[in-house]
Amino acid sequence: MSIESVDPDEVDAADILGSAIERREDPALVTGDAEYTDDIQLQEMAHMAILRSQYGHARIEDIDTSDAETMDGVVAVYTHDDLHRDDTPSGGSYSLPVGWLLDSLRQVDHPILADDRVRYQGDAIAVVVAEDRYVAHDAVDAIDVDYERLDAVTDPADAIGDDAPQLHDDADGNVAFDWEIGDAERTDQAFESAAHTASIELENQLLIPNAMEPRAAVADYSPGTNELDVFMTSQNPHLHRLLMSGVIGHPEHKLRIKAPEVGGGFGSKIHHYADEALVAWVAKDLERPVKWTATRTETYKTDAQGRGHVTTAALAMDEDGTIVGLRVDTEANLGAYLSTFAPAVPTYLYGTLLSGQYDIPAIHCSVTGAFTNVPPVDAYRGAGRPEASFVIERLAKLGAEEMGMDPAEFRRQNFVPEDGFPYETQVAVVYDSGDYEKALDRALEMVDYDSFRERQEQARADGRYLGIGFSCYIEACGLAPSELAGQLGAQAGLWESSLVRFHPSGTVTAYCGTSGHGQGHATTYAQIVANELGIPYDDVEVVEGDTDEIPQGMGTYGSRSAAVGGSSLVKSSEKLVEKAREIAAHQLEADPADIEFEGGEFHVAGAPDRSIGIKAVAQQSYLAHDIPDDMEPGLEATSFYDPENFVFPFGTHVAVVEVDPESGEIDFEQYVAVDDVGNQINPKIVEGQIHGGVAQGIGQALYEGAEYDENAQLVTGSMQDYAVPKAMHIPDMETGSTVTESPHNPLGVKGVGEAGTIAAPQAVVNAVTDALEPFGVDHVEMPMTAERVWTAAGEQATTDGGTDETAADDGGEQ
Amino acid sequence: MTEHDITLTVNGTDHELTVEPRTLLVHALRDELGYTGTNVGCESSLCGACTVHLDDDAVKSCTVLAVQADGSTIETVEGLAEDGQFHPIQDGFQAEHGLQCGYCTPGMMMAATDLLEENPDPSREEIREGLEGNLCRCTGYQNIVNAVENAAETMGSGAVADGGCTADGSAGSCCGSGEDEVRWPGDGGDAE
Repeated sequence: MSIESVDPDEVDAADILGSAIERREDPALVTGDAEYTDDIQLQEMAHMAILRSQYGHARIEDIDTSDAETMDGVVAVYTHDDLHRDDTPSGGSYSLPVGWLLDSLRQVDHPILADDRVRYQGDAIAVVVAEDRYVAHDAVDAIDVDYERLDAVTDPADAIGDDAPQLHDDADGNVAFDWEIGDAERTDQAFESAAHTASIELENQLLIPNAMEPRAAVADYSPGTNELDVFMTSQNPHLHRLLMSGVIGHPEHKLRIKAPEVGGGFGSKIHHYADEALVAWVAKDLERPVKWTATRTETYKTDAQGRGHVTTAALAMDEDGTIVGLRVDTEANLGAYLSTFAPAVPTYLYGTLLSGQYDIPAIHCSVTGAFTNVPPVDAYRGAGRPEASFVIERLAKLGAEEMGMDPAEFRRQNFVPEDGFPYETQVAVVYDSGDYEKALDRALEMVDYDSFRERQEQARADGRYLGIGFSCYIEACGLAPSELAGQLGAQAGLWESSLVRFHPSGTVTAYCGTSGHGQGHATTYAQIVANELGIPYDDVEVVEGDTDEIPQGMGTYGSRSAAVGGSSLVKSSEKLVEKAREIAAHQLEADPADIEFEGGEFHVAGAPDRSIGIKAVAQQSYLAHDIPDDMEPGLEATSFYDPENFVFPFGTHVAVVEVDPESGEIDFEQYVAVDDVGNQINPKIVEGQIHGGVAQGIGQALYEGAEYDENAQLVTGSMQDYAVPKAMHIPDMETGSTVTESPHNPLGVKGVGEAGTIAAPQAVVNAVTDALEPFGVDHVEMPMTAERVWTAAGEQATTDGGTDETAADDGGEQ
Repeated sequence: MTEHDITLTVNGTDHELTVEPRTLLVHALRDELGYTGTNVGCESSLCGACTVHLDDDAVKSCTVLAVQADGSTIETVEGLAEDGQFHPIQDGFQAEHGLQCGYCTPGMMMAATDLLEENPDPSREEIREGLEGNLCRCTGYQNIVNAVENAAETMGSGAVADGGCTADGSAGSCCGSGEDEVRWPGDGGDAE
């Protein structure tokens, strides 16, 4: 049921929006012509390498760089003190800022080169610049650091309290913040009066993003003009310009950030890291171009990680299974320092989504953010939403079991009804639109749920264990509006800006402040603009990812590009059309109010033969020989679009698995994804995003996890040890969709980039625990390795008198 | 450090270059010769982004020393298309949306063409197993499998139409002929 791509030339102009046209990005990418950051070579370019802490927590007694400095080909070596010497270029903060402040937040210094202490394995200590990348790494190896090792802590629950190793003087007990949302008293009352409860303790493990392209930066400084150009792996160049400007002390308007092709991000290229700031600062100090490219080992040690929750949660229900309350307590791992948006992820992006698709009258959630000796933790695909969805959807399964109800029907009974929108949850957000039953029904049909239980029963009789897992997830994309975000602590607006410019010859360039990194914006945005202006798709060029070309922007993350960036392009196009309408009216000698615009043509209402095309109007706007008095020549328009609310995509994912309790192995029989992301600009691209997201979600469920030893040494520090799923680990998926438009943006779109990652983990865990129901297994921690599954089945069979005690015995001999 | 003079024939062009014994083939290709289509993802043979053909076999160029490749024939992604005509694998990846960020794509295509040379009509399972050395983080692999199937079909039908297809990675000129169109947006249109 794969969606078939179509050639844009074969699509009628009126149908361009919503067509599965092939991506225009692809020819450059499949020929090797596309340019990524590490492909850039500049004259006289030097190479930078970074010395990183080998320990998870240590005091730096001494750094000896003398051997490195004298090596052939070494240009310079810098440590913390060098950044602060008197003759360095301008005074930056040399400390990385936090972009989201909470009332209780304890901010800590995050020096871009460690002063006297390192707090995670990978913390930057010194940099070397050399003529050659190999020599730069040789010189890093030649630097001698004397460490005094300190005790380390990596678990957020263990970190909280005075007994644990303390990371920062300004954060007693390693507590970065205490945060809560909802109504504790009402929730307590709900639990006191509840007829039934279900509870769970779970971990949502730390994940390493693993974008295929490692982070990289190339900086080029012109002393004559004081212009500093930085090409880097960025999801949000304007935001990086703003933050870097403060960190290295360079005026924002003399700093250019350009993101060339970016090889995936998944959140890891949103944040401002020490490394990119160092490249820029060093290039300026040396007055020559400098490149740094992370090795894969560096990305494992330094890319901001995701998730990292330890949670206790409970659901309260009345006699008939109606949910009456939800209580959640979470300790969230923030790593050693506060990354750019770290405080927002386990709070406003997590607590606010805990109501899921359900009408829950009382909710309370408390979150403690903990500093630990792991790399900073921040947004990773989904960012808070997967953690929330995991909690409520695991509880939905357990709640159904407690009630003895079918898990699909338990959910249906508790859904926010179709006529219940807009729906205000008890955790501060208002869902824009939804039809949850429709998506569930579609998914049930696709998995043939009516026959599944019978098949499951039959299989069990044959000694085979099938399981089905539901995930009725909700997502929040296009974070907005800016005023609300500001009230909640955001240090940035959440609008998006665009510029749509007609050229005199009749083609159009659309500039947008988002910054794609694989999502296909050049294609989808061109579809939007061509549709708005009624011109051929091929006549629209899209430009992103360059602060010198694009006036302003906020970047691409949180599935905001279509809903916010795309809407901004609509707004800019509408403004442009209004100006063009006035020119057309002037030339047609009619009142602008009487001019209709359709299919790229302006015509006088009731007189279609009196018309002029928008391309001709554009030409006239530049000739400026015959335009209305007092009108400026030219035809372009800019907008800063600030949405009135988030958008809330949703859907139902269903995993059907077979589990072998004697080996712990899990096989997928079916994976069905029904997603409602509002209107789809390009269904092929939507489908691709779902596939990729589900694969990352399955990765979390079954394979992935950052693991540290007691000294906070990363045990999973390479692709040999950290299991990024391979082709044979991911099943073919069946995708389906429903369409419920968002009522508040001009495209009626929602967002799709994170949906699969949010939906998949609990679908798989619910399926595996469903399969192992005869063994009394109600939870298996992720990643559900064969060992964990086998152990869970065996332990439960032994302790709870499960039906198949031989599972543990047989498995134990393997 | 001692340096060595070596020769590499890359996509049909002979190159002479001087490298250190430790210089990796991928760095020689990218930094010395400018074939930057081949990407570096892990420097440990695990992700496959750097896959090229070395004397007709797919290898991870991040763990081959340039000196080991002295005198060899190498094909990179830049050599897949011929005379502006896409190789069927390139057509397949575009038609099936087998790429998103594109970073793994060159290596994935070089591995896939080698796979198709070994097995011109692989099952989906065989494609998944055949690509086990190449990681993708964007697509969930499903459309990559579709892309390889698509290319296999094209190359198979091309073999019938043309009375024989070499299917050796340079097949673009034979298998891409006939009714296959090169999909360059703007071709024949009036794009700027």
